[in-house]
Amino acid sequence: MSTLVFVEHNGDELCRGPLGVLAKAGELDDDVAAVLVGGIEVKALASEVGTFGAATVHVAEGDVFTQPLAQPRIDVLAHVVREGGYDTVLFSNSVLAADIAGGLAARLDAGLNWDLVDIVRSDGAVVGKRPALSDSLLVDVGWRSTPRLALMRAGSFPAVEKGGQAQVHDVSVELASHSRAATVVDRVVQADSGPSLEGAPAIVTGGMGLGAPEHFSLAEDLAEVLGGVVGATRAVVYAGWRPHSAQIGQTGKTVAPKLYVALGVSGAVQHKVGMQNSETIVAINKDPRAPIFEFCDLAVVADVHTIVPELLELLRRRRS
Amino acid sequence: MKIVSCVKCVPDGRARLDPRSTRLDRSGGGEINPFDQYAVEEALRIKDDADAEVVVVSMGPEAAAEALRSALALGADRAVLVSDPAAVGSDMLATSKVLAKALEREGPDLILFGQQTSDGGGAVLWGAVAEWLRLPAISQVTKLEIRDATVRATRQTEVGDDVIEAPLPAIVAVTDAINELRYASLKGVMAAKRKPLDVLTLSDLGVEAPAVGDAGSKTEVRRIADPPPRANAITVEAHDGAAQAIVDFLVQRQLV
Amino acid sequence: MARPADYPPPFRASAFVAEPTDPVDARIEVGMLVVGAGPAGLACAIRFGQLLEEDPETAATLGDVPLAVAEQGRHPGSRLLSGVIVRPRAIRRLFGDRVRIEDIPGYGPVPAESVYVMTRTRALPIPPPPPMRNHGNFIFSLSRLGRWLGEQAEDAGAMVLPETSARTLLVSDGAVVGVRTGDKGRGPEGEELRNFEPGSDIVAGITVLAEGTQGHLTGVALDHFGLRPDRPQVWELAVKEVWTVPTPLRRIIHTMGWPLRSAAKYREFGGSFIYPMGDDMLTIGMVVGLDYRDSQLSVHDLLQEFKTHPKIRALLQGGERVEWGAKTIPSGGFHSLPKRLHAPGLLLCGDGAGMVNIPTLKGVDYAIESGRLAAESAFASLKGGRPLSSYDDAVGSSFISKDLYEVRDMRQAFGHGFFMGGALASAMTVSKGRVSIAKMASEADDQQPLIHTDRAARYPVPDGALTFDKLSSVFASGNKTRDDQPNHIVLERRVPPDVAEMWVHLCPAQVYEAGPVGDDGLVSVQMAPSNCVQCGAISAKGGRLTPPEGGSGPEYSLT
Repeated sequence: MSTLVFVEHNGDELCRGPLGVLAKAGELDDDVAAVLVGGIEVKALASEVGTFGAATVHVAEGDVFTQPLAQPRIDVLAHVVREGGYDTVLFSNSVLAADIAGGLAARLDAGLNWDLVDIVRSDGAVVGKRPALSDSLLVDVGWRSTPRLALMRAGSFPAVEKGGQAQVHDVSVELASHSRAATVVDRVVQADSGPSLEGAPAIVTGGMGLGAPEHFSLAEDLAEVLGGVVGATRAVVYAGWRPHSAQIGQTGKTVAPKLYVALGVSGAVQHKVGMQNSETIVAINKDPRAPIFEFCDLAVVADVHTIVPELLELLRRRRS
Repeated sequence: MKIVSCVKCVPDGRARLDPRSTRLDRSGGGEINPFDQYAVEEALRIKDDADAEVVVVSMGPEAAAEALRSALALGADRAVLVSDPAAVGSDMLATSKVLAKALEREGPDLILFGQQTSDGGGAVLWGAVAEWLRLPAISQVTKLEIRDATVRATRQTEVGDDVIEAPLPAIVAVTDAINELRYASLKGVMAAKRKPLDVLTLSDLGVEAPAVGDAGSKTEVRRIADPPPRANAITVEAHDGAAQAIVDFLVQRQLV
Repeated sequence: MARPADYPPPFRASAFVAEPTDPVDARIEVGMLVVGAGPAGLACAIRFGQLLEEDPETAATLGDVPLAVAEQGRHPGSRLLSGVIVRPRAIRRLFGDRVRIEDIPGYGPVPAESVYVMTRTRALPIPPPPPMRNHGNFIFSLSRLGRWLGEQAEDAGAMVLPETSARTLLVSDGAVVGVRTGDKGRGPEGEELRNFEPGSDIVAGITVLAEGTQGHLTGVALDHFGLRPDRPQVWELAVKEVWTVPTPLRRIIHTMGWPLRSAAKYREFGGSFIYPMGDDMLTIGMVVGLDYRDSQLSVHDLLQEFKTHPKIRALLQGGERVEWGAKTIPSGGFHSLPKRLHAPGLLLCGDGAGMVNIPTLKGVDYAIESGRLAAESAFASLKGGRPLSSYDDAVGSSFISKDLYEVRDMRQAFGHGFFMGGALASAMTVSKGRVSIAKMASEADDQQPLIHTDRAARYPVPDGALTFDKLSSVFASGNKTRDDQPNHIVLERRVPPDVAEMWVHLCPAQVYEAGPVGDDGLVSVQMAPSNCVQCGAISAKGGRLTPPEGGSGPEYSLT
């Protein structure tokens, strides 16, 4: 195997997801390379990538890459894959990574599997593991040719700092004319109201278990401390405690934040299908048989009115 | 101006995987992928304000024709369905090749996709189509304007919104936050029955059968299994240290 | 003892009758309008289409759209639910030689039959009824059959209008001139949302109401034209599931007895059915008369309880529930048919008119036959002015009337041949009198006084694999109704606790919830109307179902 990982960064920071993918790649392959594309910041980042498991880091630096656009990066990756003879290209899912992977598949006429939570070697083949049908099934997917492209679900693997030094190669590539056609003309600052439900990194949802509309302050306070927004179940919206725009579920919004905290939510299937892809789910409910406990990562069987104030106290103390 | 909205017909209600063929069970009717419905709506909004022809293009079984009628009922002018037994089992890449050919045939100014599909499609198809057609592509779009043969789109990312411009022809993938769907009027439903719905085969598009379908796909489904439940769910009972246990958990996962 | 009839819903039929209000050129004009794409409505459309084809001159007089079918669901079949075993005679009459029953998507002829009287632990077989009873009958999914009939109707020239609710009966000069469809895009208080789309007046020469059980405009028409029968209509509630199973079921099964109670005070009449659907699926359902009295009776949960019986559990072992649904069945029979099946400009068909034979559990063939006869009368009326009373005459001399008259005083669920003496005696003996056969009820279901027990304590705790809770079931019906629309269920909201409790358990979709008891001894009823699968049970027991926004409701495919 000869594996290449696309590593994304945000300003001066490497993104954790791709570093995790780099660690995973190291389990499958001895010699893993990475690609970094950006402006002047990438040179410094390249050596850091080396400490996370890349033996080689291909760096494409230039003004044209300062804009977070996918198509110039497709040009870079296509070039690196062909020149380096890589047979496997891994991405950690992000808005940009998905754009690149899709285009690269066409550019290389290569198979792309996405939404993978794991990738393994099995009987000489490389096999991806992918949840399907609202996570009700796990599907083994494969590639019939190389190069193989894979988009891993964000946050599937932890990053591992191994130390080590990478060989840095500068990449120089001619961009296709259509790759240069789009330009970023403006950046819009987040509105004062904060992120929308769909964009929020954390969501705290209140259900009927909160007992009364006044108790939604628990959800509001917790959301504020966690840097997130407040969601609502259908029952709570029906009761008039929250507006329909906050509703999460089959007939409301579908969300997949990094952190989803459910307070007094029973977890009926109508709600589940709207949030089950959240990366981490914490549920607090005093009913030990609440269905939500079957699909969360941390099940807290407790009264929200007792435990949430304590939690808030501890989190605020940490903050200061 | 010609706008083509690429849509996928997906099973409505509960989708089921057919364990024997390992493919999605597409028997029974379907609907246009909910995300694509927002793309169709966006095309219709542009048409509301300007002189435009809206064409809906899809690849799928013949039964998908019924779902395409719903787009005609909303106001689209024409529908094109690429339906060919040889295309059954096409993976994303094979599908993108067929769609690219169908789009070439139409020669649109603006191509719209929904951001993703509700039946397991990733957010990648239009990226591949853009490369076959060598067109600029913008995704995750929450606001769209066409002016002077240029598209100006607001793209939502994890870190903020970018406003991107590209000359037409261009491909745009829109999110479900971009607009609100309209209802079809009864007159629209009735008029839809008479609007053109062309069914094309692969040879109509000049696509060779071996390039698509299961035979032409570079990825495959090997096996379907039950998933593990969320791995290692931890339970905390109410006790004095419970709140601290939650904090520890969040810290350990780098969530605070 | 409280009775739901003492707390009637604030419903007035007159609110749903009006003159056309759209400007004339905005009205949608059709020759014949059929409301409801079920077996009755589609048979009517198919027959009308055949007549149009044979008589192009008359067809030309009916305008651009001679034939339209308005359907609430996303497509024909979306709202159809039944067992079902169909006697093919009406299908044969409708299609003649052109279609063989075997070619219609279904599950083949009925193989063997078994009947059991159930106790909590055992299933006591009753000697099967005379073997010819279901010989020649076929197993179908009514939803699938409806989908196929819808295709035939479109081929025959019908314009099917999906996601269209018929809300108001358009009446002018004492005659029905069409329907007004429901608005779309209203908020919970009735306010117009940004994508508000008003309904339309569909004006038609003849309107055929084939809305099925508890048909909204059918009820409105019965009141408006004074067609209600002397004996009020009564209903059963059927709740069923479709399962994939690893072991094929090779016979149809009917049961009586457990978990229903035989003591007269409970008035629990009904039973279950289990039919194979090909080699890898089966359907299992529970049917109970809505004249029951226990405020904690829940047909949804009785079905869950029934599945825990060792013999039933074994049938479902290794399987998976793939669909769920619920629907009422009119069971008053002959004496509860409307006084007339027609009014000026109007014809009534199928379940909406009560054409169901409960002792044999057959209704689909009557629906199809009534639709066929309605088409013929409508055509003759539009062509040459023949009075619509010809429809009543035709139904009166058809097998519909003959069959219903034959069983007019018999009320027995799943009584294949049971009223024919021998088998009935066996049932009584084997079960030691645990089954009871009742005569027709003369009161409406909501007149039954309520008794309070602890029945709910014995419903199984859902395990999510064999047994399920109501919200999971609603999900399995394909229901994803938009939440922020007006409440379509008309109900008295402050009622005694027993009435509220009855509604809570009655509704298979968990629409109702009872608040705390107030100082006046009454409770407030909270509602989640978007759960509603429009089974119609509430209309039988003190409330009134009206059509929600078109497209709202379950999306059945295998029921």
